[in-house]
Amino acid sequence: MLRRACLVLFSAVGSVAALAAQQPPGQGGFVPIEQLPPSEQLPSAPLLVAAYAFVWVALMVYVWSVWRRLGKVEAELRALEQKTRK
Amino acid sequence: MTKRYFVPLLVVTAAMFAYAPILIANAPYESTMGLVQKIFYFHVPSWFAMFTAVFICGIQSAIYLFRGRAASDRVAAAAGELAVVFGLLGLVTGPLWGRKSWGVWWQWDARLTIALLLELTFIAYLLVRKYGGPGSEKLAAAVGIFGMANVPFLYMSVNIWRTIHPPTSVVPTLPAGMPGPFWFSVAAFMLLLTILMTLRVRQEHQRAALDELYLALEE
Amino acid sequence: MGQFLNVALLVLRKDVAIEVKSREILYTTLFFAVSCVLVFAFALVKEGRVVEDASAGILWIAVAFAGTLALGRTFERERYGETLRALLLAPAPRAAIYVGKLLGIVLLLAVAEVALVPLVALLFGAAFFARPLLLAGLLASGTIGFAAVGTLFAAMLVRSRSRDVMLPILLYPITVPVIIAGVRGTVAIAQAAPDEAVAAMWIGLLAAFDVVFVTLALWTFEPLMTE
Repeated sequence: MLRRACLVLFSAVGSVAALAAQQPPGQGGFVPIEQLPPSEQLPSAPLLVAAYAFVWVALMVYVWSVWRRLGKVEAELRALEQKTRK
Repeated sequence: MTKRYFVPLLVVTAAMFAYAPILIANAPYESTMGLVQKIFYFHVPSWFAMFTAVFICGIQSAIYLFRGRAASDRVAAAAGELAVVFGLLGLVTGPLWGRKSWGVWWQWDARLTIALLLELTFIAYLLVRKYGGPGSEKLAAAVGIFGMANVPFLYMSVNIWRTIHPPTSVVPTLPAGMPGPFWFSVAAFMLLLTILMTLRVRQEHQRAALDELYLALEE
Repeated sequence: MGQFLNVALLVLRKDVAIEVKSREILYTTLFFAVSCVLVFAFALVKEGRVVEDASAGILWIAVAFAGTLALGRTFERERYGETLRALLLAPAPRAAIYVGKLLGIVLLLAVAEVALVPLVALLFGAAFFARPLLLAGLLASGTIGFAAVGTLFAAMLVRSRSRDVMLPILLYPITVPVIIAGVRGTVAIAQAAPDEAVAAMWIGLLAAFDVVFVTLALWTFEPLMTE
């Protein structure tokens, strides 16, 4: 009971913090970049590069992970087949 | 079947992903968002792939639950994992784009919230598969089905409530020069999804064969 | 159809009878919900007043967490008494058992809400009762949606190894739309000029959610509970 209550309370504070952090929508629609004050203007290139880089890296990591798991299972299968053939 | 088409598909996918940046760089700039809008070409196809994976997972889960086909369970497991991967891509590229065009990393509007929830649902799906103990395949199947049922709510949410996120009508009305790279990227991502599914399902299949062999040996 | 309802009501009566006798789940759930409310009150107070609109969130979160607890306890009781297997062996449509359990949970949560809503309204000065009918509609549809998903998952997890931790993990992502709709609707009711149209829209969404997920649960309960 205590354990469950602790877990639930822990999630509660997290969720409440998230809910309370609701900001009002920043703007009604798209504001052309020239009209934003200079302090608000961010350079786009780093964000764009970061996005594409993340996509590539994440996909590579995942493909590698699947490849590795597949290799492991197939190696085990082969080892097992060799053992049974003996 | 899959073995024969696998390598050609792989080559095509790799080629498409290599060519995509060229297409994207040549695409016209969007008038208000400028350079950062180019994230769109990876962001939206990621979500398309994720939804496809979610539907595959949900439908295969239902088939597994009601017909007991073990193969469906394996496909559902693969699809669930891919849904999490592609969803992660979408959830990371989105804020990177949003930071520039909206000024905030995150916004609790309808679409973003439900997208995050869908991702969490399928992470829960993976957790159940891994830590649920015996019989967890059926539990996971239920999670998959319920997760899929949430998707229409997600799709309609943007059209029902005024939110900061671009509505779904953006895609059909893309200005000239954009649909080409966009649909190319969509095709590339779908092919990637297919390839990864094939690999992953094969791995599940081999693991199941391995388990059966172990069991047979014990007798 | 008649037999279906009979079985469902029988399951409900059984649960109510047990609960009335011991009142264990009711008291513990109520107390937990009240503690939740107090914790949030301390967490969100700023200069003596609670952050605006937080009262609606507090209400629904308290209901959600108390509901999770009640779900866990209800099925734990079944597992302990090994009555679940008996229920499943009974020559009754499985879906009727689900409906009976669902009604039991909804009833329990309704009692908890009857206590919680005035408490939250009092502690945080929230004008929940500006539109009592709309509020009742919100709470009813929200509770049913939450309980529908929760009953199914709790029943599924009864025989699972890490059921305590799994129930919140599975339940919350799927039912947060219910919480969101409930909170936004309650905020619309409690704000200075109650927005009835918005609240009605959220009730409509919750009703759609209820229909979809109760149907799904009825459909999947049978295959899920068979070994």
